[in-house]
Amino acid sequence: MGLLSDPNRRRALISLLTRLNAPICVVCYMAGVAWFMGLAFEPFTLRTYMSENAMGSTMVEERFPAGEKALATGREFAAHKKKAGGMPVDWLVKTMQSRGLEVFTQRFSRTLPFPDENKERYMVKGTNVYGILRAPRASRTEALVLSAPCTPGDNNNQAVGLLLGLAQYFRSQVFWAKDIIFLVNEHDLIGMQAWLESYHHTNTTGMDWSPLQGRGGSIQAALSLELSSDVITSLDLVLEGLNGQLPNLDLANLFYAFCQKIGVLCTTQGKLQRNDWDSVSGYSHAVQTMMLMVMKQASGRSWGDHGLFLRYHIEAATIKGINSFRQYKTDITTIGRLMEGMYRKLNNLLERLHQSYFFYLMPSLSHFVSIGYYMPAFGLLAVILLLRALDLWVQLTAPPPRTEDGVVDPEQMSSPGVLSVLTPLVISHLTGVALYTLPIRFQEMAVEHFPVSETEAVVLTAIAVYTAGLALPHNTNRLLSGGGTEQGWKVLKLVAVLYLAVLLGCTALINFSLGFILAITLVPVAAFVTPHVPKFLSAFVMIVLSPACTLLFSVFFFQELQEMPISFLDGWMLYLSVISQGILDHCLYGSLVYPLIALLVYPCWLIFWNILFWK
Amino acid sequence: MAAHSCSYSALLLIICTATEAAGKTSEQPAVEERSWEATEVEEATLHEAAADKRDTPAPETEAPSPIPQPKDDFQEELVIRPLHSGDIYASFQFRTLWETDFMSGNKVSHYRLFPKSLGQVISKFSVRELHISFTQGYWRTMQWGQPFQPAPPGAELWVWFQDSVTDVDGTWKELTNVLSGIFCASLNFIDSTNTVQPSASFKPLGIGNVTDHRFLRYATLPREIVCTENLTPWKKLLPCGSKAGLTVLLKSEKLFHSSFHSQAVHIRPVCQDWQCKTTSWELRQTLNVVFDLHTSGQGKREWSLFKMFSRTLTEACPLASSSKIYIDITDDPQGELFELSPATPLLSQAMVLGDRRTFSVYDLTQPVTFGTVRSLNLLIRWKSSEGDMLRPLLHAERYVAGYGLQTGEIHTLMYNNHPYRSFPVLLLDTVPWYLRLYIHTLTVTSKGKDNKPSYIHYQPSKDRLRPHLLEMLVQLPPNSVTEVTVEFERALLKWTEYTPDPNHGFYVGSSVISSLVPSIVAMDTNITMDRPLFSSFFPCKEESSFFVRVYTEPLLVNLPTPDFSMPYNVICLTCTVVAVGYGSLYNLLTRSFQIEEPSPGLAKRLANIIRKMRGVPPL
Repeated sequence: MGLLSDPNRRRALISLLTRLNAPICVVCYMAGVAWFMGLAFEPFTLRTYMSENAMGSTMVEERFPAGEKALATGREFAAHKKKAGGMPVDWLVKTMQSRGLEVFTQRFSRTLPFPDENKERYMVKGTNVYGILRAPRASRTEALVLSAPCTPGDNNNQAVGLLLGLAQYFRSQVFWAKDIIFLVNEHDLIGMQAWLESYHHTNTTGMDWSPLQGRGGSIQAALSLELSSDVITSLDLVLEGLNGQLPNLDLANLFYAFCQKIGVLCTTQGKLQRNDWDSVSGYSHAVQTMMLMVMKQASGRSWGDHGLFLRYHIEAATIKGINSFRQYKTDITTIGRLMEGMYRKLNNLLERLHQSYFFYLMPSLSHFVSIGYYMPAFGLLAVILLLRALDLWVQLTAPPPRTEDGVVDPEQMSSPGVLSVLTPLVISHLTGVALYTLPIRFQEMAVEHFPVSETEAVVLTAIAVYTAGLALPHNTNRLLSGGGTEQGWKVLKLVAVLYLAVLLGCTALINFSLGFILAITLVPVAAFVTPHVPKFLSAFVMIVLSPACTLLFSVFFFQELQEMPISFLDGWMLYLSVISQGILDHCLYGSLVYPLIALLVYPCWLIFWNILFWK
Repeated sequence: MAAHSCSYSALLLIICTATEAAGKTSEQPAVEERSWEATEVEEATLHEAAADKRDTPAPETEAPSPIPQPKDDFQEELVIRPLHSGDIYASFQFRTLWETDFMSGNKVSHYRLFPKSLGQVISKFSVRELHISFTQGYWRTMQWGQPFQPAPPGAELWVWFQDSVTDVDGTWKELTNVLSGIFCASLNFIDSTNTVQPSASFKPLGIGNVTDHRFLRYATLPREIVCTENLTPWKKLLPCGSKAGLTVLLKSEKLFHSSFHSQAVHIRPVCQDWQCKTTSWELRQTLNVVFDLHTSGQGKREWSLFKMFSRTLTEACPLASSSKIYIDITDDPQGELFELSPATPLLSQAMVLGDRRTFSVYDLTQPVTFGTVRSLNLLIRWKSSEGDMLRPLLHAERYVAGYGLQTGEIHTLMYNNHPYRSFPVLLLDTVPWYLRLYIHTLTVTSKGKDNKPSYIHYQPSKDRLRPHLLEMLVQLPPNSVTEVTVEFERALLKWTEYTPDPNHGFYVGSSVISSLVPSIVAMDTNITMDRPLFSSFFPCKEESSFFVRVYTEPLLVNLPTPDFSMPYNVICLTCTVVAVGYGSLYNLLTRSFQIEEPSPGLAKRLANIIRKMRGVPPL
């Protein structure tokens, strides 16, 4: 700081920064990307370790014996499900009661803003059934949740069977210190949302649900089980929750520790971990795993039923059974033992899981990258914006002819200056508001006038509004008589660059992946765009780097990472459905990615677009 | 018609009691003397000469009124109630009566049956009534019905002091510390931050007419863990210890292998006879335990004394004047639901919690009870698992709503399951100061409508000094759920005030709901049943309502907690950032920097001095 308070040295430093601005920016960008890619390199990462002492060792004796019986129950459940054409409520209630649980049901209904074509639902009505195992001599203050979704078709019957089997086995044990809630939720996330909102008596998304009759106090942890075959080859752990929230790392550690103990293959992102980190293929495998996590986290979706728990500060994860073509199979008794071990360990918890990390990336299940390691990658990108802002500031203040003008604060500028900054800001934000509200508002009108379904109407309206926004800058400049000065765009760009820096900084703190992906694409745009670069080429580059195209590339990239490459046409269809899913996620569960993009990121990008076409 | 008139008269009674309770606390000296116990006793004596009916919900009423004999008397009994869920409920009661006077100055030094440690406590601290309970687990009203002695999870202590005590708070503090030693419990954690003086919910259960709540102290410790170390001192207070009589069944390895365990000590002055000319002190020790079908019964619906307690009975306590076992067979009059062996010809009827119950009685003082094997091992074997329990007329639950660590909402739900009668309940809520209640957000709704409490007593908290106290008299409409909600804000504690396990959360004690509930017998509208005609015209008898106390579950609330895992780093980093960063930045922002001109030469300085003397601006 002494460096800055000495005017001479300050001047020298600033002139150095402005003179070398472009090379420094390029170096920072490269360094940021390189740092990020380095995160997956095993020597740079930390091994996972259990931080929570209460779950310290895996020294519990798992004795769950009744795998075959659980499968039989699962088959019975499937038969009743088929007969009832949905959730077999009565059968479940009776079965849970016979296992000694306190059983309650909850009805809920929700009309979606527009039909969900992926899951083919519009007016959703359902019933959740849950049974509470009351812990002996406990005072209903703490609870654990084990849930299994009741999905249509032949899926997940084994999960429900195992859940009921575990319930029966757990009921006869004496060591429970926390109530255990066994929940079978209908309509996957919607049912889970209804149940959680009712449990905590909140209503954030306008769903109709009947109040719960029984509770178990504050929920400490939850696991969601998805199992669709009698034997499995591996178990996959899903961590990414709503808005990119992750459960405490200790939950992942617990799962990993028990998989190691019992000898079950375990994966994250569907990828086994490999030992050959020093080979190229080993490294690229780790990069793939990490990139998958980054993409999933950036989407802000809940990638399993567990994702909605995280809002309520309940650590939760989904465990998926995968049956592939491997030789080595694991039977359901073993999975039951694994679950028993995990629940006994969670039962030992004295405090909520808080010892380990909440912000991390996982290049494999046994290694993690903590926030302290990955944040510099983002920091290097964000520094570019600050350097550009400094450069503009110096340019604005340095030339003596106009010392009074051109300070950042629009109030101090001459009146056309204020207008020339404010107008594009306001107009681009209004476009953002239109992008946020119009698609759902005008779906009916669109359906009347065009031969499209509601879902298509919503998505196409969104794309139309987005594209229409690109036409705006010409209009704004025509409106403004006094605008279009050299000073004007510099002030506007200064504001926009700082705005973007704050925006990305906040996003990265909450959801690093989303912030980083946006930074990768938007920072170059923000850095290079001026009215003096070649218009056509720059416009093309800008559109390629705009949020919508980023999403399109992400869709293809994601498919590529999952080793399921798709053709362009399929990719486009997937892209459309991803947009509709994003809007639905926002309406149904309160995901914040869609409003963030529509109301903040897109207007910010539009300002840069505006600068490019400054006249 | 009969039912109508019944409900009408009972309604009148309730309205009368309700207005009394309300009027009393609205500081009208005229009504001050009369509390609702008074009405109740009056009501009770009207029909049956039971002096203190209210506190004897257990089949104690069967006990013969004390015949003039030795000055102290000890009775023991065990009530076993098979529950519909297949679980089994065992309730022990031990009563020591002693005709003595601790108060009038004379030093009591000779103790026989009454424990000396408690006697000394009574006389030293001028205690009029003392009720203490230790409970591990929550009573599941919906599955088990009403308990004989309700108690909240954790420890509960409430004491009425004699009106001669001047420094009640100081005495209370000393008393809790002494009791802490006697019962080997953390009662010393009771201090002003969790002690309240309820104005209406806790009235004296013994004789006496002082109801000034300045002499009452009430505190709960919801976090208290109850285990063998609390059971042993409790057993030592009994005349037979754990050597003989029913107490041999109290083995901790079985008692704590259960769903619910509650032990209590109640001391109060009672009438010696029905004319109430002399008073004696009653020490009642109770222990309630519920055994679980699935964990200890291995799924087989069959219970025996041996299976429950891993002991059988061979004798009564030689010091006891009465020693009995009661088995509740009300649900099974013909023996088709379960069978009892050995069978007993003795039957007894009693009014328990508004319900007429039938009991099989085993008198342990009779040698014939033990049969030829000289030991009694009662066996209850279910024949079918049919049958539904009558839903309890009143039950309650409570939970914290909302998410995040800033605000929240406490919801208390009170269920009135009576089909056509409404009744008033007194709700007592004690909330620690670190949950700052927004009392303006208090709402009481039943059936979707605002339900205005007829009486509210609210004492706001003082930070680090006393908790919130909220007492309300609410009328519960028939067949309804009444919801009481109040919002709160979570306070940020000082860093030394956090417990060693701050992320576990902080406990909020149970709410207490006290009520006079219309009797289940009076609910019976089928008047053609086997009742004589002369009794069915005015069907409301002494059982028209009964006193119930219901405790809700305690709450576990998370407060905003700093990361204690690296306080040192945090403190160092923060201090550095503040000192270095803030200071310099502040300088940069507030000062304007200019390049200093080189200092002027000697001539110029001289010239300036001269100009200054002349009053001309310097060069």
